[in-house]
Amino acid sequence: MPRHTEDHRLHLLREMLRIRRFEEKSAELYSAGKIRGFLHLYIGEEAVAAGVMQSLAPDDTVVATYREHGHAIARGVGMGPLMAEMYGKAEGASRGRGGSMHIFDAATRFVGGNAIVGGGLPLAVGYALADRLRGDARVTCCFFGEGAVAEGEFHESMNLAALWGLPVLFCCENNLYAMGTALQRSESETDLALKASAYGMPAWHVDGMDVEAVEAAAQRAVTTVRGGPGPVFLEMRTYRFRPHSMYDPELYRPKEEVAAWKERDPISTVQATLREQGALDNVALEKLEDEVAREVEAAVAFAEAATLESLDDLARFVYAEGAAE
Amino acid sequence: MTTGVRTSYREAIRSALREALQRDPRVFVMGEDVGRYGGCYAVTKGLLEEFGPERVRDTPLSESTFVGAGIGAAMNGMRPIVEIMTCNFSLLALDQIMNNAATVSHMSGGQFSVPLVIRMATGAGRQVAAQHSHSLEGWFAHVPGLKVVTPATLEDARGMLWTALEDPNPVLIFEHALLYNAEGELPADAGPVDIDTARVRREGRDVSIVTYGGSLPKALAAAEELAQAGVQAEVVDLRTLRPLDTGTIVASVTKTHRAVIVDEGWRSGSISAEVTARLVEHCFYELDAPVRRVCSAEVPTPYAKHMEDAALPQVADIVAATQDAVSTVA
Repeated sequence: MPRHTEDHRLHLLREMLRIRRFEEKSAELYSAGKIRGFLHLYIGEEAVAAGVMQSLAPDDTVVATYREHGHAIARGVGMGPLMAEMYGKAEGASRGRGGSMHIFDAATRFVGGNAIVGGGLPLAVGYALADRLRGDARVTCCFFGEGAVAEGEFHESMNLAALWGLPVLFCCENNLYAMGTALQRSESETDLALKASAYGMPAWHVDGMDVEAVEAAAQRAVTTVRGGPGPVFLEMRTYRFRPHSMYDPELYRPKEEVAAWKERDPISTVQATLREQGALDNVALEKLEDEVAREVEAAVAFAEAATLESLDDLARFVYAEGAAE
Repeated sequence: MTTGVRTSYREAIRSALREALQRDPRVFVMGEDVGRYGGCYAVTKGLLEEFGPERVRDTPLSESTFVGAGIGAAMNGMRPIVEIMTCNFSLLALDQIMNNAATVSHMSGGQFSVPLVIRMATGAGRQVAAQHSHSLEGWFAHVPGLKVVTPATLEDARGMLWTALEDPNPVLIFEHALLYNAEGELPADAGPVDIDTARVRREGRDVSIVTYGGSLPKALAAAEELAQAGVQAEVVDLRTLRPLDTGTIVASVTKTHRAVIVDEGWRSGSISAEVTARLVEHCFYELDAPVRRVCSAEVPTPYAKHMEDAALPQVADIVAATQDAVSTVA
């Protein structure tokens, strides 16, 4: 069961702050021209990654999307390699070949960084199938946005995972917009948990702005998946506070709607709870912010000091090095 | 003569699959109707009974997801062999093949690899029209990160699979549907063969016929016919379209000074175009005549037999193109 002690709440707050401050710095560095390409910020959705990761064991697998800095940080991928990847450096998580959208980390079983909407779901099914065939008790946790629900791969993967009783936790981050297309403009049925339940798996929706609710739901879901057989689907109702990417003029959603969701900022909410309990005061918050700021600054320093991959290695890793194990 | 066992291309692949399932517990076979039905082309017949439903898995008609699941399982330590019924259906899985299988190793900085084998039937000649007849191996050969092999002989049908399974990269095996019934002798101890070199299947001094897959028997028949007319054609079997063995092709043409390329794919943007470009790049001054190509007509493969026959490279077309090549005076 979730550990809703004050210490644990503080831990959740710290995890969300780490994501937020890292991304605020990323946006700044993007404007400064240090980071290029696409940069999709997770700001506003931190409760989902921070909450879900609490329920996973180190040996479980995470498959994420192109908006994955939050998942990577909460999973334990180092901020240094993460930032260095966005700098396009050889010390980056993917040696500068992936960028913001393609963070990989074998050590934490973090399998991308997938920028084709829905494309990660079949991979997650395969990861879970391998575990099932070997008798490993791992769970594969697959994040995707509500936009993926319109893809054929979503339906194929839900069906196959349920049909074969595979240990997948499907985490749908419903932030209401597939880039600029609102859910009600793209789906005939907007109750996503209802859609998933049609495949014969437990499915329910969760307040994705409430980190404790997310954690509780994820714990229950992971326990169910691990007990098996079969997947579970969670719809996390959340909201991204920033534009889709750094290029988005946000013509598709009213400012009042954004403002209303910001009232439900998951970081402010958990801070308020902690203050009410007397577990957080200004001094403690400042200390926490300071620690997070130092971690982010260290990541930036790591990225700045990192080196560029030699162009002699341009084609390295197109094919795997060495024989198969 | 080879002392060996009488077998067919289909049986050679089946025995390779059986051997793989016996040798490595990480190997499993997955695809549409590979189990109870026994495989669309009966290649996997009997494997379900022998190895059970966990290792011989019938899938729903969800190409993208069962191919993607093969990729995920391969990344997670297994050695899946995914069967796609025909290469036309592989287009439904193109996202997974191109965006995941081909990219993951490089995009992850070498942290992950995809030791996956995908088998599919390719090619025309059975009057099954435009959605079951195409030769798309040349398309896949365009993509870095993939390996593309086209077994044309019993030995390759038997031996390429094991080598592909030992490769840490995604390997696509294109089996020409008209070859499944091809019969011959195969040594009882036939084993793995390499998947990165071309092979001279018939020696000759006058002209090189470069081909692969289902066109190899046609090229050999053409060479036999040409020999009666006094033309000694060398026949080069590409075997693997990616990586392409430029050295063997160039060495043959450097010897014969003339080249005819036979490819069941369409001419434009094809593997035949790539082979031509390599010859131009590597042995332009050795050529005594323009390179000839015998390819499929640029139409969706038609149903009616006379139209289908006319659309495909035939022995007579190869003979004519080769005679044309050898009659050109430098």
